[in-house]
Parts: sequence; C-alpha cells; structure tokens
Amino acid sequence: MHTADGARPQDALPELVTPQAGPVPRLLGLLSLGIGVAAVAVPDQMARAAGMDHLPQHGRVARAVGARELGHAAALLSGRRPAAWAWTRVLGDAMDLSLLGLALRTGREQRQRRAAMATGVVGAITALDIAAAVYLTRVAARGRMTRVRASITVNRTPTQVYRFWRDLANLPRFMGHLESIRVGGGGRSRWTVRAPGGRSVHWDAEIVEDRPSELLTWRSLPGTAVPNVGRVSFVPVPGNRGTEVRVELAYAPPGGAVGRAVARLFGEEPGQQVRDDLRRFKQVIETGEVVRSEGSPQGTGTRHLMMQHPAQPLAGARVG
Amino acid sequence: MRANCWMGRNTVEVREVPDPQIMNDRDAVVRITSTSICGSDLHLYDGYIPTMKKGDVLGHEFMGEVVEVGREVRNLRIGDRVVVPFPIACGHCVACERGFFSVCENSNPNAGLAEMVMGHSPAGIYGYSHMLGGFAGGQAEYARVPFADIGPIKIEDDLRDEQVLFLSDVFPTGYMGAEMCDIQRGDIIAVWGAGPVGQFAMASARMLGAERVIAIDRYPQRLRIAQENTGAEVINYEQVDVLEVLRDMTAGRGPDACIDAVGSESHHPSSAINAYDRGKQAVRLETDRPHALREAVLSCRNAGIVSVIGAYGGFIDKFPMGSLMNRSLTLRSGQCHVQRYLRPLLDRIRRGEIDPSFVITHRMRLDEAPKAYEIFKNKQQDCNKVVLSV
Repeated sequence: MHTADGARPQDALPELVTPQAGPVPRLLGLLSLGIGVAAVAVPDQMARAAGMDHLPQHGRVARAVGARELGHAAALLSGRRPAAWAWTRVLGDAMDLSLLGLALRTGREQRQRRAAMATGVVGAITALDIAAAVYLTRVAARGRMTRVRASITVNRTPTQVYRFWRDLANLPRFMGHLESIRVGGGGRSRWTVRAPGGRSVHWDAEIVEDRPSELLTWRSLPGTAVPNVGRVSFVPVPGNRGTEVRVELAYAPPGGAVGRAVARLFGEEPGQQVRDDLRRFKQVIETGEVVRSEGSPQGTGTRHLMMQHPAQPLAGARVG
Repeated sequence: MRANCWMGRNTVEVREVPDPQIMNDRDAVVRITSTSICGSDLHLYDGYIPTMKKGDVLGHEFMGEVVEVGREVRNLRIGDRVVVPFPIACGHCVACERGFFSVCENSNPNAGLAEMVMGHSPAGIYGYSHMLGGFAGGQAEYARVPFADIGPIKIEDDLRDEQVLFLSDVFPTGYMGAEMCDIQRGDIIAVWGAGPVGQFAMASARMLGAERVIAIDRYPQRLRIAQENTGAEVINYEQVDVLEVLRDMTAGRGPDACIDAVGSESHHPSSAINAYDRGKQAVRLETDRPHALREAVLSCRNAGIVSVIGAYGGFIDKFPMGSLMNRSLTLRSGQCHVQRYLRPLLDRIRRGEIDPSFVITHRMRLDEAPKAYEIFKNKQQDCNKVVLSV
C-alpha cells in the first residue's frame, strides 16, 4: 500500500492533479524587476518617457513607482501566494494609468504624445496582468482541493475487482463512513454520508469514465456542497499475483455542518482513512467479511487503534 | 465464563468475562477442554511485548468442542472435536494460498500498529497483544475462532487431548524449525533451548533424518527430557564453553544447522554480558536479548543454516552479521505456518511415530493459571510444560 507519486493515467482529470503555476509568476516578477530597476536608476528619463516630466518632483514619483515594482518583483519571485501578488500588480497598473491620465490632460502636445504611447504600453501590461491574475487565482482554487492517493494489492483478477467496484452499492461495505449509495440510471448515483447528530449528507455523482477491468472515474454533479472527484484503477500484477488497486480522490472541503460531516467521512487524516478503507476492501473481496477482533470489534480503523477494547469477549449482542 | 486475563507485568488473574459470540459468518465458538501455557506467553507475562492491555484474555494453544458455527462454516458441526492453530489465517490471500498462513494478509485488524514496528503486518494471533490483532485467547472456557473453515483440524480418533493439543503450536513450530534446516544424511543439528519447542525441534530433526542432535540449555531436567525422548546429546552452557564443545563434537566443522528455540529472553552464563543486555533492554535500547542467536550464528558450520523459531518482538543489538555474511550462512525464520503441518503431523501421531505428551510435567486446572505461570516462569518443580484442563 502506498501514497507516493507513481504512474498516473495520461488523461487524469484536472481535479486529480496537483496544479502547478508554471513560469507565470516568475515572468511577472522579472517584468516588475526590469521596470523597477529602470525607474530607480534613471527616474528622470523614465518620467520623460511617460510624458510626466512637467510635474514637480517627477523624479521622486518615478522612484516611488520603481520601489513599488521592486516590491512586487521580490514577492512574485519568492513564489508564495502568486495569485494575490498578481492582483496587487493589477492595482499598481491602475495607479499608473491614473497618473498617465493626469499627464494626458495637462501636458503639452509633444508630452501628450509620449504619455499616450506610455498609456498604450501600460494598458497592454495591465491586460497581461489581469489575465495572469485570473489564471493564477484558478490554479490556487484547484490547489485548495484535498487530494488523496492510496493503493493495495488484492488476490483477484482486474475483472473481478472492477465488477465489485462498478456495483457502487458495494462501496459502503468497506468505506467506513459511507451510509449508502443508491444507484440510478445513466451512471448517476446518490451518495449518503453519516453526519454528526444522526443526520446525513447527500450528493449526486456520475460516472464520467468507465473502462471495464481497467478504471472507473466518478465526479459529483454541479451544485453539490461537496465537489469531489474519484478514480480507481486496476492493474494486473505479473505472475498471477492479483491486481494493484489504486485510488485517487480530490474534494473541496466545505465549512459548516456539511464540512464536519465530510471531515468525518475522510477522517482526521484523509490518506489514513482511505488506506483503512482499502484494507477493509481487501478483506471483503478476499475473505467475504470485515475482519473483527475483540480488541477491534469494528474492524480495521486507525482511529480505533489507540483506544482498543481489551481482548476479551464483548458483552451484548452479535456485532456482525 | 472464566478466563485467564493479563492484568499487567507479572500478573495474570482468572476472571469472569462475557461469553464469546459469533461476530462474523466464518466464525465458530469452541468450548475449550484443554489449553496450555507457551514459553512465548512468558514474554507477555514479563512485559516484553508491547501493546498489551489490562484484561486481555491470554492463550494461543487450545482445543475443544465446537458449540456454535457461523453461516459460512460448512466443514464443522456442533460437537466436533478440534485443535485450533495459533495463527489466524483467512485462507484466501496470496500468503495463505502459498501456505504462509502466519503472514496472512487479512487476519490482523490492527495491521497499522504492526506496520509501525515491523514494516508490514503478520497474521493475527490469539491472545498475543493488540499489535497482533487484539484477539481474545484460549486460556478460557470458550473461545471465538475466526475463519473456522480454514484453521481448526477435526480429531476423529480416540487420541487423548494431551496427544493432539500441541498441534496448535509447539509441535509444528519445532517441526518447522527442523524442516527449515534442509536436513541431509549425516547432518548434525544443534538446538538452543531445550524447552518444549526445542524438544519438538529435536524430535522432528530426528524424524527428518538428522544423524545427531545436540541440545543446549542450563536446566538439567529439560536436558534430561530431551535426551530421553529425542536421543539428543546435551550441553549445559553454564558448565562448558558452547562454541568450544561444539567444535570438538563436530571435529572443527560446526553443526550443519543451528536452531534458535529460545527467542527474546535468552540468558548468558557471563553475568557481565547478561547485565549489559538486560540494561539495554531496561532502557529500551533493544527489546530482545539475543545471546542464543549470536551463539547459534557463530557455531554454525560454513554455508550452514540458522533456523530461528524462538519468538522475537522487536530489535536486537550486536548481531554477528560479519560471521553470517562472510561464512555464507543462511538465516531462516518465521512464526509457524501451523495450518500447513496439522494433517501430516496428526498422521505421525496416529501412526505412533511420536507421542507429543512427553513434554508435559504439570497438569493443572484453568483456575490455577496464576500459580502455573509462576511455576513455569521460575522453572519451579522442574516445570517443562503445563496443561490446563477446563
């Protein structure tokens, strides 16, 4: 069983992949660095190029703009919270445009021409910054999804394992906190999770990819309180050693009562919860039952490990 | 029902506990007629196995009569007389299908705990810590037997309990220890620990064709039992230097295979070395004292086999790896895959090739378990093996 990065299908759903911001924040940072250095080193020329050299203390304004740009550069090149810093760049662009607007209204003709050109350049940069900020914000939103990967080897063929999973109604037999899955038509299903206080939380999901004996991908329908995606893939182990079952899950943890229910569904440590589920899955598909002992009457569950019942028979009714 | 419970270090108590229930469809409940105390129970008694809990029912060597079966148990009926193997095994995972029942991949619900200590989890075992499943044991009036369609063997002859009870553990464990030695004609097999497991290893080595068997222990009574019942030559390690004597007995070659039937609480004749390992154990720098194992490795002939059936719990120190590697030794070990040996060993008992009851020195009642543990631990009254009748 493992959760390290391994081979993944080429066509993985975007939700299942940890997003990378790529070179965008670095390029923005370098752009800021260039403008900043120029404005601080040769403030008079920069102010002239922008058609603002008529203003009193134009050098000081250019240096201030340069200092702000250097700040952006440092923040963006640090790589932390690139989306937020991209938006502050947009804010800076707005300041620059309003300064240029001032120059356009008040300057002489030649200066107005320079100001107009500068406005064009800054406008283009602004458009670029907005696009970059929107992109980085989306990446960050995907980054906030919780992703879990776990795997186990079972002594069954991929076809047998696939059939067991394809009948989604089987999942509550080994998924600890799942109350039921009601299977509807067209690959749709309704998932019910036990929530605190005897209530339950539902969502609807659909199967979006179904390759018999190979893999199965499902996704919650739009509008659910708990957007989530899951995939399970089945790979035969050479030499008749069964099937590697690999599970990938991603979900957006919500707040409130629903959030608490989902937190319970996935456990304190979501990876551990899924590994426990897979262990029980192996027990069910290989032995026909969830293995129980007097110390762990509920069966495998890392949450119960530290608060074991003594290994002596339990008083009361049959558990199974 | 009455059951012998672990209540802390050096304390067991026979207490009233609830009767076991069927928890799964492949379970059975057995009314126990005979049960025994294993040397490895002393590791629990002495507090060396982690993850014990106050109130745990002890015991993994037991037999009795089936009184209840789950819906999926089709091979047993109420009233059947059965011996129950100590490792719990599902019968359907890759390990079980290949006969490695003591490393069943499914029978330990607390596998996560075992993984923390051992990397991967072995099978669950009755009454042997929560790390190995948290299963109630068989030093009791009744026991729940999971996967009853795979483990228990039916005894249909008129063989007495005492003749078949040890099929649950010590006889097959000793037998597997000998089997792992790949015994060839002319082989000399040395066995550290002349307790019941060692004695069965010696008897089995003989059955498998060993030329000579050598027993190493410090208790004259145990050495005598070994000598009389298995024809072993004996070495009392408190009186002589074992390596030197073994070199002499084998004209310099060393035994062809060495069996460690001692495990984690071995003893060394030098009080300084003993104190060193006990000290490290006390501050948890090592969990097991490996004197016997060290000596078995150093004694073994070049390219020989060291077979470890003594129980270890965690980590050892000063292991002679250089000797093992440079001299092409093979190290083999394992909790016994009892289910594999039940039928062939029962056949040997039936044919009269061996009567395992020779190890018994004490017959007591379940209610006397606390006294039995004391006698067995301290080797009082020349105690070798205690059987508790229920």
